[in-house]
Amino acid sequence: MQERIALTGNEAMALALKQINPDVVAAYPITPATEIVQLFSSYAANGMVKTEFVAVESEHSALSAVLGASAAGARALTATSSQGLAYMFEVLYIAASYRLPLVMPVVNRALSGPINIHGDHSDSMGVRDAGWIQIYAEDTQEAYDNLIQAVRIAEDPAVQLPVMVCIDGFIISHALENLEIMADEKVQEFVGPFTPRRPSLLDLDHPVTVGPLALFDYYMEIKRGQAEAMRKAKPVIKEVGQEYGRWSGRKYSFLEPYQLAEAEIAVVVLSSTAGTTRVVVDELRQQGIRAGLLKPRVYRPFPQQEIKAALGHLKAIAVLDRADSFDGFGGPLYKDIRAALYEVPDRPRIINYIFGLGGRDVGLDDIRSVYDDLAQVAAGEAPEFSIRYLGVREEAL
Amino acid sequence: MAAQLLEIRWHGRGGQGAKTAAQLLAEAAAAAGKFIQGFPEYGPERMGAPVQAFTRISDRPIWLHCQITEPGIVVVLDPTLLRRGDITRGLRQEGLILINSDQQPSVIKRALDQNYRVCTVDASRIAKETIGRAIPNTPLLGALIRVAEIIPLERLLAETERKLARRFADRPEIVSGNLVAVRRAYEEVEDG
Repeated sequence: MQERIALTGNEAMALALKQINPDVVAAYPITPATEIVQLFSSYAANGMVKTEFVAVESEHSALSAVLGASAAGARALTATSSQGLAYMFEVLYIAASYRLPLVMPVVNRALSGPINIHGDHSDSMGVRDAGWIQIYAEDTQEAYDNLIQAVRIAEDPAVQLPVMVCIDGFIISHALENLEIMADEKVQEFVGPFTPRRPSLLDLDHPVTVGPLALFDYYMEIKRGQAEAMRKAKPVIKEVGQEYGRWSGRKYSFLEPYQLAEAEIAVVVLSSTAGTTRVVVDELRQQGIRAGLLKPRVYRPFPQQEIKAALGHLKAIAVLDRADSFDGFGGPLYKDIRAALYEVPDRPRIINYIFGLGGRDVGLDDIRSVYDDLAQVAAGEAPEFSIRYLGVREEAL
Repeated sequence: MAAQLLEIRWHGRGGQGAKTAAQLLAEAAAAAGKFIQGFPEYGPERMGAPVQAFTRISDRPIWLHCQITEPGIVVVLDPTLLRRGDITRGLRQEGLILINSDQQPSVIKRALDQNYRVCTVDASRIAKETIGRAIPNTPLLGALIRVAEIIPLERLLAETERKLARRFADRPEIVSGNLVAVRRAYEEVEDG
């Protein structure tokens, strides 16, 4: 029997971390992720977990420390946001290339400048090609559920890749919401004991090299191996999502469609704004408008086939990006979705909005305006456009 | 959804406990089986600066992840905020305003441009007399659940005790003072 309680996104992730009970957590505080490791450090100090908690002097060191711990055979985690993730940049690529099954909550926050503490996806989108699996959560329930599943996905023998579990800064991290939680021992049983896939650095009888020099002789094979692991992660993510469903009653996959099968127009959006969009879909359906929603949950590996199957039948699609590429073409999610639909005969028209940068609120009227535009684009009354900014004061530029 | 969704906006000044009140009400409603959200607006954090916090309560799961722009209820923790003019922004026509004030609701009502339902309670005085400090958030909660009929008093008292007992484990007099404050404001609130 699961307990239904109310927690903020950060509290939910701290609780999941406690239930996972990792061997090592190393962390440096940064708003809005601070609470996760602050709460966890008190669990460690109070003996509620067996974890070795390492307070380091920077995010670069935090990720380096969990990287070392993982290579030495420990289940190791950290958490960060924004500038902290940016400061980890070089270590992110190293962790992926060492094939270390690290797990890291990323509380999405805008990158400086100007300095801003609020939620957008510029931080995790900036490292989307670092070789980490990326999973995005809509609410506190998914924050909790995704973090627990991430451990299993990362550590699967076929995968052995680090995973970022992303939630929207403040909107979810600091909002109290209802969620159902599993008992500690159920979570322990689900994640299972940590079994390193190769001898640990400390196993002197079976010496291995971690982090060697590899030039034109082997570098490319190692990179090819990472790409293969990412490909193999797909069935694992699916299986873990289904198994988690049997344990918790909440099943997960790559995508979460809403009213999509019979839809003519749809919005594609990650994370918390998917919830606001769902409310507008219900409104529009009551007016007889065939509107739908697609919320990608997994962004890396990119579920291209699934997206093609989910969206191919539509007349027009609007992709909402909470990060900009500043390339005059469109946001990262838009370009990936657009590319995924290239092979679809008679493919949908597709338009792009950049929204919510630096935590700019996106309300029901904003989403309604997107569906209004979509209806016109679908009817051929308005041109397909590549990029529009939602809720921005163009006159204030 | 609108008919079943209660949206509350809290106006206070940094340090008055608007965030705690918004979340405590949400937690108490959650304990009563409701679906909830409780979240503050994080701007520059300065003691005394105007701040807002929000509570949503519903019988159905809440999908919205945007700010509350058309609240059904506004709670004002500091009467000096009335002068700012943004207190009633977006408030629904049938909306309710609950104000921490020693004035009668009719006096406040005259200062507002629309005919809202106004309730007052002298939460600062109650807090001073019961807790020893003019932190008006818990008494306002007691007044609010009465005038808006959100949850039973006993549920709020139990949740307030649970939450404060954790935070003030070494100062039980603060916990008991708050409980008296909630109960007194529940009794003393003036409904205009």
